[in-house]
Amino acid sequence: MAAEKPGKLSCMTQTFDEMWGRSFGQSQTQGPEGDGGQAQSQVMYEGLRPPYAEFDKWLKAENPARLQRKQLEAEEIFRLTGITFNVYGRAEAAERLIPFDIIPRIIAAREWQKLARGIEQRVRAINAFLHDIYHRQEIIRAGRLPVEMIARNAAFLPQMIGVSPPGGVYTHIVGVDLVRTGDDQFYVLEDNARTPSGVSYMLENRETMLQMFPELFSKNRVKPVSNYPKMLHRSLAACAPAATKGAPVVAVLTPGIYNSAYYEHSFLADKMGVELVEGHDLRVVDGRVAMRTTQGYQPIDVLYRRVDDDYLDPLNFKPESALGVPGIMDVYRAGGITIANAPGTGIADDKAIYSYMPDIVEFYTGEKAILQNVPTWRCSEADALAYVLDHLAELVVKEVHGSGGYGMLIGPTSSKKEIAAFRDKLCAQPGNYIAQPTLALSTVPILTKAGLAPRHVDLRPYVLVSPDGVTITPGGLTRVALKKGSLVVNSSQGGGTKDTWVLEE
Amino acid sequence: MLGKTAGGLYWMFRYLERSENTARLVEAGQRIALTRSSADDEWTSVLQTAAVLWGYNQKYRDVTKDNAIDWMLRDPANPSSVLSVVEAARNNARLVRTALTREVWESVNECWMVLKEALAKRVNERDLPQVLTIIRQRSAFVRGAMAGTMLRNDIYNFARIGTFIERADNTARILDVKYWVLLPSAQAVGSNLDNVQWETILRSVSAEGGFRLTYGQEARPREIAQFLILDKRMPRSLAFCAEKLADNLGYLAMDYGTRLPSHELSDALNDVTLDTSIETIFEGGLHEYIQDFLRATSALGAQMEVDYRFYV
Repeated sequence: MAAEKPGKLSCMTQTFDEMWGRSFGQSQTQGPEGDGGQAQSQVMYEGLRPPYAEFDKWLKAENPARLQRKQLEAEEIFRLTGITFNVYGRAEAAERLIPFDIIPRIIAAREWQKLARGIEQRVRAINAFLHDIYHRQEIIRAGRLPVEMIARNAAFLPQMIGVSPPGGVYTHIVGVDLVRTGDDQFYVLEDNARTPSGVSYMLENRETMLQMFPELFSKNRVKPVSNYPKMLHRSLAACAPAATKGAPVVAVLTPGIYNSAYYEHSFLADKMGVELVEGHDLRVVDGRVAMRTTQGYQPIDVLYRRVDDDYLDPLNFKPESALGVPGIMDVYRAGGITIANAPGTGIADDKAIYSYMPDIVEFYTGEKAILQNVPTWRCSEADALAYVLDHLAELVVKEVHGSGGYGMLIGPTSSKKEIAAFRDKLCAQPGNYIAQPTLALSTVPILTKAGLAPRHVDLRPYVLVSPDGVTITPGGLTRVALKKGSLVVNSSQGGGTKDTWVLEE
Repeated sequence: MLGKTAGGLYWMFRYLERSENTARLVEAGQRIALTRSSADDEWTSVLQTAAVLWGYNQKYRDVTKDNAIDWMLRDPANPSSVLSVVEAARNNARLVRTALTREVWESVNECWMVLKEALAKRVNERDLPQVLTIIRQRSAFVRGAMAGTMLRNDIYNFARIGTFIERADNTARILDVKYWVLLPSAQAVGSNLDNVQWETILRSVSAEGGFRLTYGQEARPREIAQFLILDKRMPRSLAFCAEKLADNLGYLAMDYGTRLPSHELSDALNDVTLDTSIETIFEGGLHEYIQDFLRATSALGAQMEVDYRFYV
């Protein structure tokens, strides 16, 4: 490390490309890659990876001008469909499209099987952990998790102590963020156990690809994703509370049309064929949560809420919240409604708890974790903090409760000034931060104006949990950092998405 | 269905109908301006018909053609400008997205995108006909998607009720502003001015062709009034709208198995256009008749909100 100049080169020369299987560029001074023909000639091909074989044949036969047109056509499709997200704090053009790249990301059946086993193991452990942490807390008694991790954690909801959600399910929907660093190396970056978003993009990306490139799907046997809404509905209905009479009534709770993910909320309600409700459509009637219909109040059995815990119930949490339903927590505790995901699941995807996940998986499943955890320094610990302060330029430092790529420091791509400013924040409240090494995230080619160019990606598969089992939709949402060299894939920070294929065997 | 959804559908279709009606009023106004001299007075009447004169006067001192057109088509300060109502229609469509087919949603979304661009700047006189055509076409696309893809259920009924309340209101306001040129006494005058006014009235409801087909070349006030108030073949007449309102409310009563105060109001509204003749209306006073009709339409709208729990 010391011999090399710090900067993005030092941490990315070994980047694994999922199409070409080799690192892009070795020692060019202009960076690990460049766009256009010149860059392509500098690339050292290690050989096309098998899942991309058919796609590569197709690509070579394609007219580059047609591809560019198709890219524009894709944007037009998204614009007309209204697949937008809202950007907070901007009056003009508040609705934006998430850029879509037409080059698919392709995963082989064998790779997926291993991933899926790892994800299922992890999600089962998370549910067991949540049940334990709100009941007997065996993991703390066993000394595998320090009690402070719970006791002084804002994500732990005392209101959930002793509450058993219907069907024993806490996280009905989980989105596990994975990154790849090599042929057989996947890391879990984050377990999104509260209200993971983005699944509508997974579905619309596939629809768009089917519409634009039907021939690709004749040549490649791609596992379908389109039954996700049906599975989601089935999975939610399977968790209906005891109070349910007849077929369970499911509804989606949204903060409203100005929420950044409103499109997704309406999309899922539409595809499931259920009502999309806001807090002001709901009230507690005769011990049930009911929605105001044109014919009076009708009870809801399962509420798929896309509203944070804090805003769920002004009587039990934030009193000023206008997004929730006064008294819903009391109905919930009495078994009158299923809330998905359960309140208090945030303790499981807390960034400080994350570092204990290998232990948590082992404690509840009796097996070693199949998916790797990124080594994590907890800045609340003095030794760890000292190390982190000494190595800020090499590390990624994240806020424990942050999300969306906000409030983080990516050492290798930050200026000295930015690092110094972050150092002050870190020293002021070390308990708020964790740090991780900068991983050499894998790349996948995207289509730029000048041709193919590699960009970093992550992967968020969507997992459904019900008493009947765990269902994982093959693939998931691939988010791609569109800026050259960038590691930030969040849509709020200029990330895009790709269709993700899992091939049939 | 959620009460909020019923309200969202109702308003979405009121706003879409309004965008088209406004475009038609502007078109009729422009036509007069081009064929007659000193027609700025006519723009006051157009603004009045669109019920946006009060707001206009807050912003401008004099009524001019350019300002009137800009106020009606694109001023964000005018909540009934085409741009404002199309945006409101689209926001309501987002709110009720789960009640709409993909085709209807996409046609509304595209309508908003296209008009936002077409109305981004003041519209040149040169471009006005094209812009007005776009507005009417876009709302026709929505109607087509609606007719071709939506189930005939309560969702459809609320959408139709919104459409016909707005349309009834619009036709009644045209008659309200121009009623004096339709009075029998005006016939005696028979001046050139009246001919222009009669033509404008027909143009404002896109009925010149339909009128000719029914009554021949000569426009006479009695027949115009008959056509716009009582003719059930004419899709913008008061009688047609009142009947459609009664029909759609009737389907809701059947579907839900309950008759509500709205049904009484809608039956009463329908009754004033049935079993009557244009002579009877003239005898009782055309102006009073129109005023009563306007009040009854607005009362029906308010009662719908309550009966079907749009807001509480």
